[in-house]
Amino acid sequence: MTPMQPLLLAEFTSTSCIGTGVAPTLASLREQRSGLTHCDFETVKIDTHIGEVPGVDAQRLPAQLRIFDCRNNRLAELALRQDGFLDAVDAAAARLGRRRIGVFIGTSTAGIMQTELAYRARDPVSGALPKAFEYGTTHNSFSVADYIRQRCRLEGPAMAVSSACASSAKVFGAARRMIEAGLIDAALVGGADSLCLTTLYGFHSLQLSSPAPCRPFDVARDGISIGEAAAFVLLERLSEKVNSESVLLHGVGESSDAYHMSAPHPEGLGAKRAMQAALNSASLEPGDIDYINLHGTGTPSNDRSESQAVTSIFGPTTPCSSTKGATGHTLGAAGALEAVISALAIRNGLMPGGIQTTRIDPTLTAHYIKENRRAALRRVLSNSFGFGGTNCSLIFGRAG
Amino acid sequence: MKLSGYVGGIGVLGPGLNDWPQAAAVLSGKQPYVAAPTVLPIPTMLPPAERRRTGRVVKLALAVALEATSSAGANPERMPSVFSSSGGDGHICHEICQALALAAREVSPTRFSNSVHNVAAGYWSIATGSMMESNVLCAFDASFVAGLLDAMTSMAVDRQTVLFVAYDTEYPPPLHAERPIPDALGVAMVITPERTASSVACIEVALTEESADRMADPELEALRTAVPAARSLPLMRLLADGVAGRVVLDYLDVSRAAVQVHPCL
Repeated sequence: MTPMQPLLLAEFTSTSCIGTGVAPTLASLREQRSGLTHCDFETVKIDTHIGEVPGVDAQRLPAQLRIFDCRNNRLAELALRQDGFLDAVDAAAARLGRRRIGVFIGTSTAGIMQTELAYRARDPVSGALPKAFEYGTTHNSFSVADYIRQRCRLEGPAMAVSSACASSAKVFGAARRMIEAGLIDAALVGGADSLCLTTLYGFHSLQLSSPAPCRPFDVARDGISIGEAAAFVLLERLSEKVNSESVLLHGVGESSDAYHMSAPHPEGLGAKRAMQAALNSASLEPGDIDYINLHGTGTPSNDRSESQAVTSIFGPTTPCSSTKGATGHTLGAAGALEAVISALAIRNGLMPGGIQTTRIDPTLTAHYIKENRRAALRRVLSNSFGFGGTNCSLIFGRAG
Repeated sequence: MKLSGYVGGIGVLGPGLNDWPQAAAVLSGKQPYVAAPTVLPIPTMLPPAERRRTGRVVKLALAVALEATSSAGANPERMPSVFSSSGGDGHICHEICQALALAAREVSPTRFSNSVHNVAAGYWSIATGSMMESNVLCAFDASFVAGLLDAMTSMAVDRQTVLFVAYDTEYPPPLHAERPIPDALGVAMVITPERTASSVACIEVALTEESADRMADPELEALRTAVPAARSLPLMRLLADGVAGRVVLDYLDVSRAAVQVHPCL
C-alpha cells in the first residue's frame, strides 16, 4: 500500500458500557472503571460477563424510519445523538454536499436478533416467520449503514463492512480509498454491534468466552467478555480547520492470516503484516509510536500471537494495553470504539492501563501496562483482528 | 482521479451459467439461455479438512474467484481482494437461529465460525496462501456496485491488481419468503491498473442518476432483479459482446453506476 494522505477526525463519538458519549467514556478510562456485569441479557443462561449499554431498549427511532427498528439500530441512534455528532454531520453536508459524503459502517451481526426472536414465533403450521418481521432493514448487514445514511440524509456511496471483529477498523481503509480517489470529500465511518444470542451462544460453543470479566494479557486469562457499542467518526480531508487539538488518521494497514477460520496465526504473522503496513502507509518508523491499543481480547491464543507480533516490530518497550477489560469485546464495533479511545488518549495525554488484569503473563514480551499513564502522545496505533484471519491496524496522531 | 482500469480474467457461475465462456455465449446471444439449478463445484483448492466445512457461499465464491484468477494468469497470493455479498451463508444462519429457538440452544462451533460474512474471504486466503488485504462488504441489493467501487478505488489509489468477487446464495425457508433469492450466482473479475496480455477491456466507472439498464431477455432480466450479484449482467453482456459501449448498473436509491467499456483488441 502506498503512503496515504492523512485525514482529519472532524468529530467523533462513542457509546459503550463505559459511557454514553465521550465525556463519560473518558471519565471511566481515567477512573479505570469497567462496565462489565454478569450476563442477564434477554433469556440467555450462560455463566459469563457482558458489556451492556444502558437505555438501548428505550431508544426510539424517528417515525419515518420505524422499519429499521431493532436493538442494533436503536444502539446506533443512541450513539449518533451524543456529542453533537448529528449536528456536525449536518454542517459538513451543508458545506460539502450530501452526495459528497460516504457512509462506511462496520458490523458483525447487525440486527440478527430480530431473526432470532422471529424464529421463536414461527407459525406452528406453516413454519412462516411473523408478519411484522423485516429482514432487509434489521437483520441484513447493510441495515445499520442504510439506517445511518437515511437518518443523516447522506447520499454518497455506502456500505457495511462485515469482516468479523476487524469490521469497523477496516471502514477507515474503505473511506480513505474513496476520498483519495475523489469520489467523496468526507465520510461517516464507524461501527455498531449489539448483544444477541448468536454471538453469546456462539463464542460459548467455541469455549472462547470467560465466566469472569475478561483479563487481557493475564497469566490466567481464559476468554472474552462480549460487549456492545456504537462509535462514529466524521473523516474529512485536511483543511484550515486543523489545529493543535486536532486528531488525524495517519495510517491504515490491512492483511489476512491465510491460516485458520477461528484461530489466529500462532506467531502473529498476519497481525505483524497489518501493523507494518500501517506504519508504511503513515511513513512512520516503529519508534514513532507512543502507545498501542491492542486487540487484546483475553483469549490465550489471541494475546500470545498479538504479543509476539507487537514485540517483533516494536520491541519490548512500547507501552501497550487492551481496553476490553473495561468495555468487553464489542466485536464488529471494536475497531471504531478503540479508534475513539485512541483519539481520546491523544487529546488528553492518557495511556489507559489495562484493567481486570492482575498478574501479567510473564511469557508475553510486549510491554503491557496496567496503570494509567499521563504522557504527551503524538502517535497511537490501534489493532483489530477477526475470524477468518482478517487484520487491520490504524495509526492516529496529532497534526505535524 | 479517473476510476478506470483493465478487466483481466472473469469468472461467472449461476443458474444456467456454468462459466465465463458459456455465460458469454449466452449473454451475447450466441446460445439460448436455459435456466437450470446452479451446480457448485467442490473446492479442491482447500485442504480436505477445510473442504468438508464449507457451505454453498464458500463453494460459489471460490469457484468464480478461481476461474477469474486462473484465466488472468495472475498469482492470487499477491492480490488484494474485495468480496461483496448481500448476505452471509443463509443455510448456516437458518441452522443457528433454529438451534437458538430450541430450549437447549446448542450452537455448533463450526457453524458459528463459518457464520461470519467474511467466511469466503477467509477460506480464499487459506486456499491461496494470500496474506494480502481483503475487504468484505455488504450493501443489500446495491452490493455489486458497492464492491465494484471499492475494488476500483483500491486498484486506482494504491496502483495494484485487485480481485473483485460478488456472490449471493439463497436462504432456505422460512427466511426464503422474506429474502427470495432463487439460487446461487457469483461474478469475479481481476482488475489491473495497466493493460496486460490477458486484459479483456478497459472499464471506467462513475456515479450517475440515470436509470439502470435492463436485459432484453425476460429470464435474464428476472435474474438481474432477483439476485444482487446479477445486477452486473448488463456489464457482463457488454464484455461478452466485445464492443465499446456504456451501461448503467443498479446501485442505491439516489445513484447508479455508469460503466464505459473499451474492449482490448
